[in-house]
Amino acid sequence: MSKGLMLYPEPKAATPEGKPPFPYILLKHREIADIYRLEVYRANSGYEALAKTLKEYKPDQVIDLVKASGLRGRGGAGFSTGMKWSFIPKDESIVKYVACNSDESEPGTCSNHEIIVGNPHQLIEGILIACYATGSKIGFIYIRGEFARGARILERAVEEARAAGLVGGNILGSDFSCEIVVHRGAGAYICGEETALLESLEGKRGFPKLKPPFPANVGGGVYGAPTVINNSLTLATVPHIMLNGAEWFTQWGTEKSKGIAIYSLSGHVERPGNYELPMNTTFRTLINELGGGVWKGRKLKCIIPGGSSMPILPGTDEVLDTTMDFEGVVARGSMLGSAGIIVFDDQTCIVGAVLRLVEFYKDESCGKCTPCREGTQWLVQILHRLEHGHGRPEDLDLLLSVGGNIQGKAFCLLGDSAPIPITSAMKLFRAEFEYHIKEGRCMVGSGSNRSPKHEVAVAQ
Amino acid sequence: MNNGTTASEHKLSEEARQRIYALRNNYPEGRSASAVIPALHIVQAEIGFISTEAVGEVAGLLDMLVSEVEQVVTFYRMFFTKPVGKYVIKVCDSISCYLRGSDELLEKGKEKLSLKLGETTPDGRITLMKIECLAACSAAPCAQVNDEYVYNLNPELFVAMLEELKTAEENPYYLP
Ligand SMILES: Cc1cc2nc3c(=O)[nH]c(=O)nc-3n(C[C@H](O)[C@H](O)[C@H](O)COP(=O)(O)O)c2cc1C
Ligand code: SF4
Ligand code: FES
Repeated sequence: MSKGLMLYPEPKAATPEGKPPFPYILLKHREIADIYRLEVYRANSGYEALAKTLKEYKPDQVIDLVKASGLRGRGGAGFSTGMKWSFIPKDESIVKYVACNSDESEPGTCSNHEIIVGNPHQLIEGILIACYATGSKIGFIYIRGEFARGARILERAVEEARAAGLVGGNILGSDFSCEIVVHRGAGAYICGEETALLESLEGKRGFPKLKPPFPANVGGGVYGAPTVINNSLTLATVPHIMLNGAEWFTQWGTEKSKGIAIYSLSGHVERPGNYELPMNTTFRTLINELGGGVWKGRKLKCIIPGGSSMPILPGTDEVLDTTMDFEGVVARGSMLGSAGIIVFDDQTCIVGAVLRLVEFYKDESCGKCTPCREGTQWLVQILHRLEHGHGRPEDLDLLLSVGGNIQGKAFCLLGDSAPIPITSAMKLFRAEFEYHIKEGRCMVGSGSNRSPKHEVAVAQ
Repeated sequence: MNNGTTASEHKLSEEARQRIYALRNNYPEGRSASAVIPALHIVQAEIGFISTEAVGEVAGLLDMLVSEVEQVVTFYRMFFTKPVGKYVIKVCDSISCYLRGSDELLEKGKEKLSLKLGETTPDGRITLMKIECLAACSAAPCAQVNDEYVYNLNPELFVAMLEELKTAEENPYYLP
């Protein structure tokens, strides 16, 4: 097992669709191993974007440029980053903050992890630019507690940058001052949700809050101060856009989803890994070409395109030929979300997989509202008896009705996500669910050859 | 670290108390409660778990009510409220690790260490648990040993890891 964060296959990922293979942008650390050190980062145009921004752009011009680049949030909703920054009040007497969301806990997603460990200064530079553009005096990095090494690396990089006059008072001799605070969470998926993140940042339990007020409004952000919340990848992309210009970024991607993104490929593929690709790349290219196709010579059953909260899609040619941009995936009936692509082979029991997916939401429910707290437990109970051979004829309708009683009634999106694996799997593989009830065992995979009404199936 | 602890060792060292008090500078005036989670990480690193004495000390250092600190301790899953093993192994069992055999690793671990998940071996060296997605899904199945990552595991490597941890004095997976 490897120790270092090796989340990419050898050889280096080529770029599809005939585009000239471009050197890495966000993943430069794969080519320059010591780029985590300040002098190496600066020797590779590091902090030039910050210097250029402070010298040549007023805050509003930075916001306009980021808007023009078409950069959209990588945290899941794909909201225009420039637009989000423009919601922050301009009144300089109002205290504002930036919060970098490095909670990365959506199953199937591991891109933030790699860029934090690999190139901490890239993220710091992006946060500083976001603070300048929005008039914020502190940029908090809310990093999930399990990224202990990531937090160490970030803290060292912040101290390096402070010593070089890049963080703190009068940055690079300008009149812009800004602090960066690395703030560790302590294990709670819900704290990736922006309002729960702010509650956690204030030293409280991660209970989501009602919106409005939105985090960008007075009364809505941390300490009630307007707060910009962006995902680590969103912020890490900003320096490259400021340095190379908006048009440079729009050379890639589709009409509405511009630029490059990092796709985390996992599950039943030969070469799982993080892949930095233009947003008009297709699933086929990622899974079959770069990812080496389904493992063990098996066939593709289905995929989850955007992290475990997103609807499952069938492994059809139509899906494979879909571009991995926000609109493309919506057109197929799912969402790109955090771009965590999870691949299932044809030997996978879908009921067992759905059970594991829903268990995540049961375990991670914050417990604040009844529909989600109680509903997720119930869903898991039903799925558990289905998978272990004790399914009842009415269970399928029960799953749909319990799920329906959560969605739209839960206080935050976590509750709404919990039933999604069930509804999407039943739409595609209802026969497998029914088989579990009739035969008391799995239709495919290792559980299919066990005797009926058997207790535990271990997924191969 | 978290070797056997007696009552007096449940209190914080002066050095830890100063580091916790210094955390207040990271946050605006009057917002010292923001430091509570980073402070509890300092407590756990020193004592091995969050003792009741330490909860009281943290509350005092950060101008918080004891109940406010307790709420945080129980809400966030990384904090232990009773002693754990010298090495705490957390094996991810979420979807991408599940698809590449994490359940088998957990079964192997329970069998080799003859314990249930969440329990500690009698010699106090190893605690085995499962954990939600560790954001290393492309290097599945993966685990953590005292919050340090171990990637691309399989049954053989997992058993070798268990053996290694039986005698290792320092965490072999620590990287600076
Ligand atoms: C349950 C839940 C979990 C979330 N987890 C994360 C996360 O781990 N990281 C993240 O950046 N955004 C996460 N989000 C989305 C955030 O609420 C927020 O929209 C995002 O961080 C904004 O950043 P962006 O505009 O750069 O995408 C989550 C949302 C929900 C409902
Ligand atoms: S939906 Fe679930 S996670 Fe969201 S507030 Fe309600 S209980 Fe908490
Ligand atoms: S599912 Fe195990 S690391 Fe993400």
